[in-house]
Amino acid sequence: MSVLVVAEHDNASLKPSTLHTVTAAKVFGIPIHILVAGHACGSVAESAARIPGLASVQCCDDPRYAHFLAEPISLLVTNLAPHHTHVLAPSTTFGKNFMPRVAALLDVQQISDVIGIKGPETFVRPIYAGNALAEVVSRDRIKVLTVRGTAFDITPAEGGLTAIDVIPKAEGFDESRYIAGELSKSVRPELTAARVIISGGRGMQNGDNFKLLEVVADKLGAAVGASRAAVDAGFVPNDFQVGQTGKIVAPDLYIAVGISGAIQHLAGMKDSKIIVAINKDPEAPIFQVADYGLVADLFVTLPELAEALDRCDSP
Amino acid sequence: MKVLVSVKRVVDYNVKIRVKSDASGIETTNVKMSMNPFDEIAVEEAVRLKEAGFVGEIVVVSMGVAQSQETIRTALAMGGDRGILVQTDDEMQPLAVAKIMKNIVQKENPELVILGKQAIDDDSNQTGQMLAALLGRPQATFASKLFLKDNRAVVTREVDGGLETLEVRLPAILTTDLRLNEPRYASLPNIMKAKKKPIDIILPSALNVDITPRLTTLKVTEPPMRKAGIKVADVHELVAKLKNEAKVI
Repeated sequence: MSVLVVAEHDNASLKPSTLHTVTAAKVFGIPIHILVAGHACGSVAESAARIPGLASVQCCDDPRYAHFLAEPISLLVTNLAPHHTHVLAPSTTFGKNFMPRVAALLDVQQISDVIGIKGPETFVRPIYAGNALAEVVSRDRIKVLTVRGTAFDITPAEGGLTAIDVIPKAEGFDESRYIAGELSKSVRPELTAARVIISGGRGMQNGDNFKLLEVVADKLGAAVGASRAAVDAGFVPNDFQVGQTGKIVAPDLYIAVGISGAIQHLAGMKDSKIIVAINKDPEAPIFQVADYGLVADLFVTLPELAEALDRCDSP
Repeated sequence: MKVLVSVKRVVDYNVKIRVKSDASGIETTNVKMSMNPFDEIAVEEAVRLKEAGFVGEIVVVSMGVAQSQETIRTALAMGGDRGILVQTDDEMQPLAVAKIMKNIVQKENPELVILGKQAIDDDSNQTGQMLAALLGRPQATFASKLFLKDNRAVVTREVDGGLETLEVRLPAILTTDLRLNEPRYASLPNIMKAKKKPIDIILPSALNVDITPRLTTLKVTEPPMRKAGIKVADVHELVAKLKNEAKVI
């Protein structure tokens, strides 16, 4: 029995999602192997090798994996999977894209978005936007799981010294081709890794007003997020979206500004440690999950908040 | 060219679901059911491709209970041409759905299959990718833009870091994300017309596909509830609470 964890990375460094997934893999108490598939990704394999407690790091370095297209990655993982009892990947757009292909090629039913591991065959996962939790048993010979990062702490990244095995590439797939990426550049932390998040909703009224949030975010070292309404309205790009079909986050502090609190948004943030809601509508559902609610006009409140945080920084 | 679209009948996205007291599942008696929102986007995209002259025929497929016919009718009223219902009262997990879809795709030979990226009931986000793998075809998931050009689809995808553009050779499988389009409401005349469009009803047994569920659900429970906290009077009280009580700043 062993686990294969498929690492998420950008050919330069490991994503934190990988470290959360390794923590989930540790629950099984069996040897953990990590696959780093990419192109010119040697430094990623080296950092994977420094994660304590791994049985092996398998590195497959080839141009066909440069952009992590689902078709070639799934062929590679499918070839390796029969050596393991469990195959895990983060439940991010990376893992969601290729893991169901692996499951189908292995003829097993994937278990998506695992938030609890009760045993080698028993898993807990959210359904209905997290409004219910299903405990399921899989009798498939290989368990294919995507893991929700917020449910598992980050594993230590340093201290290990695992040997790196270079493994051969699998078959190629030439019917899909990567053309371009427009990745958002931000000086702020990534949403899924941030300790503090401040998110704006429809109440922000336009994209320019997000600057008011950014001022507060920078004082808190926070990431900036958004509700679906704000993304649909074009205030901010899609990668800001927190919710059922966007990013799932669980920071120490989540500040929801001008967000009414549709269940689809709550699904993405209700596991945050502390939730603050700022909304001028006292009936907004967001207040039902907020630890601290402030009924106020955000255009007055945000500048006040920025100023108050300045004062609280000074001794 | 022909497009095949799949639609699923799910609990309406506005319904606050209730977990059954015996923990066996979700209460669905007397609950409003609708087309999965991502599938509406899939239907809309197919209809737009037809209106733009790229597509000749739109086939709408659903699987599930007899009432799924209503979901197919909705898609036909939006602009679909004909429907196929694989009728069953049994639970259908994504792998089984993908196997049945594969069977239908092999008979219908569409150049493009468009599916919602996930159903808002089980939130699995698997069927499109599984179908693509079973057919050995390229996929473009989480699509927010689609262009067809010379037997290829150029697709912009919503990924965690932003956007990504792929080119896939047809036939291909596409799954929709929220920003691909805004689905139309069917007009009354189109709803009337849809009543006359054909729907084939077939049983899974006729397709010779094993749809036995692989996962057994032991129990379905409510997640721990968050309780509402307190209201603060102003920003100064808020900052003081965050600093001294919650200790998060």
